[in-house]
Amino acid sequence: MADPTSDDTGPNTPGQPPREPTPREAEVADNMAVSATDPHTTPANPENRISVGRRAADAENAEQIVQNVPGALMPARPGHRATKTARRRPGKQQAEVGSTGHSWDGIEEYDNPLPRWWLWTFYATIIWALGYVVAYPAIPLVNRATEGLLGRTTRNEVAAEIQRFDEANAPIQARLTSVELAAIRDDPELMNYAGNAGASVFRTYCAQCHGSGAAGNPGYPNLLDNDWLWGGTIEDIHLTLLHGIRSPDDPDTRYSEMPKFGLDGLLDDTQIAQVTQYVLSLSDQPHDAAAAQAGQTIFAEQCTACHMEDGTGDRAQGAPNLTDAVWLYNRDGQADAAVIQRIIHDGPFGVMPAWSERLSEADIRAVATYVHGLGGGE
Amino acid sequence: MGILDHHKILEKNATLLLIFSFLVVTIGGIVQITPLFYLENTIEEVEGVRPYTPLELTGRDVYVREGCYVCHSQMIRPMRDEVERYGHYSLAAESMYDHPFQWGSKRTGPDLARVGGRYSDEWHIDHLNDPRAVVPESIMPAYGFLRDRMIEPAHIADRLEADRMVGVPYSDEMIVEARADFMAQADPDADAEAMQARYPGAQQRNYDRQAGVSEMDALIAYLQVLGTMVDFTTFQPDPTR
Repeated sequence: MADPTSDDTGPNTPGQPPREPTPREAEVADNMAVSATDPHTTPANPENRISVGRRAADAENAEQIVQNVPGALMPARPGHRATKTARRRPGKQQAEVGSTGHSWDGIEEYDNPLPRWWLWTFYATIIWALGYVVAYPAIPLVNRATEGLLGRTTRNEVAAEIQRFDEANAPIQARLTSVELAAIRDDPELMNYAGNAGASVFRTYCAQCHGSGAAGNPGYPNLLDNDWLWGGTIEDIHLTLLHGIRSPDDPDTRYSEMPKFGLDGLLDDTQIAQVTQYVLSLSDQPHDAAAAQAGQTIFAEQCTACHMEDGTGDRAQGAPNLTDAVWLYNRDGQADAAVIQRIIHDGPFGVMPAWSERLSEADIRAVATYVHGLGGGE
Repeated sequence: MGILDHHKILEKNATLLLIFSFLVVTIGGIVQITPLFYLENTIEEVEGVRPYTPLELTGRDVYVREGCYVCHSQMIRPMRDEVERYGHYSLAAESMYDHPFQWGSKRTGPDLARVGGRYSDEWHIDHLNDPRAVVPESIMPAYGFLRDRMIEPAHIADRLEADRMVGVPYSDEMIVEARADFMAQADPDADAEAMQARYPGAQQRNYDRQAGVSEMDALIAYLQVLGTMVDFTTFQPDPTR
C-alpha cells in the first residue's frame, strides 16, 4: 500500500526504494494517458502491476480496434452529425447515411434503410392481404360479414368434397341397392366394392362391439363363426342391420325378451342352479348329473318355448342354440356355470342399434355383404 | 417528425406505455370479437337444442370431473373424413348450454360430439366397467366405480340455478321440479310426461340397469343425449357460414 503521506515525486514503498520507470513502462503509461510519475498509476510501482497490466492490454486492444475501423467512421463523435460514406455495393455511388438523431450516452443511431428483401416482402404481404380481403369472407358489416368473391366457406367445401365422393360412388352404389341381396355375390365388381366399403363401415360403426376382427366380445356375438342368433343368410343379416335388435327407437326391430327368472322370482336359486347344470349337459360340458336331471324338468317347463325341447334354440326369436358349446356371455368362449346362472337369473337383454337412420342403404348392404363373407354366412 | 417526438413520451414512460398498449389491444379485440355477437351467420339459430335435464347435467359434471375431455373431444370439424366417421359437423349452437364447452383439442379416444344413440346402454356399462372387454385395443381407464356411487340430488336445483345465472334458460318450473325430473328420468316406471314436456326428447330409462340412481346412470344419460338434439334431416346450414 502506498504511503498516503508521500508526495507526488515517486512511489514510496516501505523496504524498497523508488525506481525509475523503464522506457517500455513509460510508453505504456503514455498510451494509457497516465502519469509515469503518479505513484497510484505509474507502472514503476509494483503495487500497480496488476491493474497496469490489464490496462495495458485494454489500451492495446483499443488501439487495434481504432486501426481496424474504416476511416469513414472516424468523424462520428458525440454532438456531431455523423456522415457515412461506406460503400453500399461495388461500383455503385457512395451514399451518405444520416443519423436518426437518437443519441444514447454519445452513441448515435444511423438511419439506414430497411433491407430491400425485407421491405419488398412487407409490401407483398400488404398486397396479399388486400387480395385476401376481397376473395374471402373478411369485413364485418351490419348483419353479416362480406362473403368474398370466391364464395368459399368450410361448410361449402366439406359439402362439395362429400358430394364429389358420393358422385364417384353413385353408379356402383345404385347397382348395389338395385340387385337382389343374394345376387351380390355373383357380381365380382359389386363384391369388390361391397367388401371394401363394408369393411370400412364395419370398422367405423360395428367394431366397438363386435371387435375390429369381428370375433365378438362377451355379450356381443362373434360374427366369424356359423352360430347365428337371428339367422345368417344375407337377408337375415341385412334385416338385423336395418332395424337392429331390441333397438329402442325402431318399431320394426327384432324383439324378444328372455324372462328374468331370478329377479322376477320365477325360479329360486336352487332351480336356477339345476337348470344351469342341465344347460351344461346339453353340450356335454362337465356337469353335476343329479342336478341336471332335476333341471331337465324345469327346462321342459320354462325354457322349451324358445330354446326348443332339444335346446337347439329358435332363430325366429333370437333364442340361442344351447347344444353347440358356443357361448355368448362367457369369457373366452368357455362354458362357465356362474355366468350361465347369472344370465338365467338376470335375463339377458342384448341390444343392437338400428342402422337404417344412420347409414345409407348402400352402406348397409355393403356391410351385410362384408359380414356375410366373414366365414359364417349361410 | 412530430409524431415520433410524441411517441418518445410513451417510450420513456413505462406506465403510460402499459396503458396505451392496453388501449391498442382493446381496440383490436373489439374489432375482432364484437362482430361475432351480432353477425347473423355466426349466431346461427338451430332448432331442437334444449338445456340439459338435471340427470344429464349431473352426468356432464361427472364427465368433467373425471377429465373425459382430456382424451375425448366434442367437436366434429367440417372435414369429410370426420363427417363420415362421426356424423354431421358440430354446430356452435349445440354447445350453447355448455358451461364450459367440452370441445377439447385432444383425441386419444374418439370424438364424442355425436356418441348419443350410437351404442346401447349395455355397451356403455360394459365399456365403462372394462373398456377392454369390448374394445381390446383400448387404453381407456375403467370407470366401473361410477356404478357404486349413488347420487342423492340434494343440490340439483342449485346446480340448475347456477347455470341459469350464466344464461341457460332454465325456467322457474324446471328449477322447482329439478329433483323430481332427476329421479323420473332414471326410473322407467315413473310418470315422466311433465319431465318430457319440459325437456323435449329426454330419454327415460334405467341407464345402468340397477336400482337407484348412480353416477353411471347420469353419465350414460349424458352420453346418450350428446349430439342428438338437432334433427339434421330438417336442418338447413347457413351457406354463408
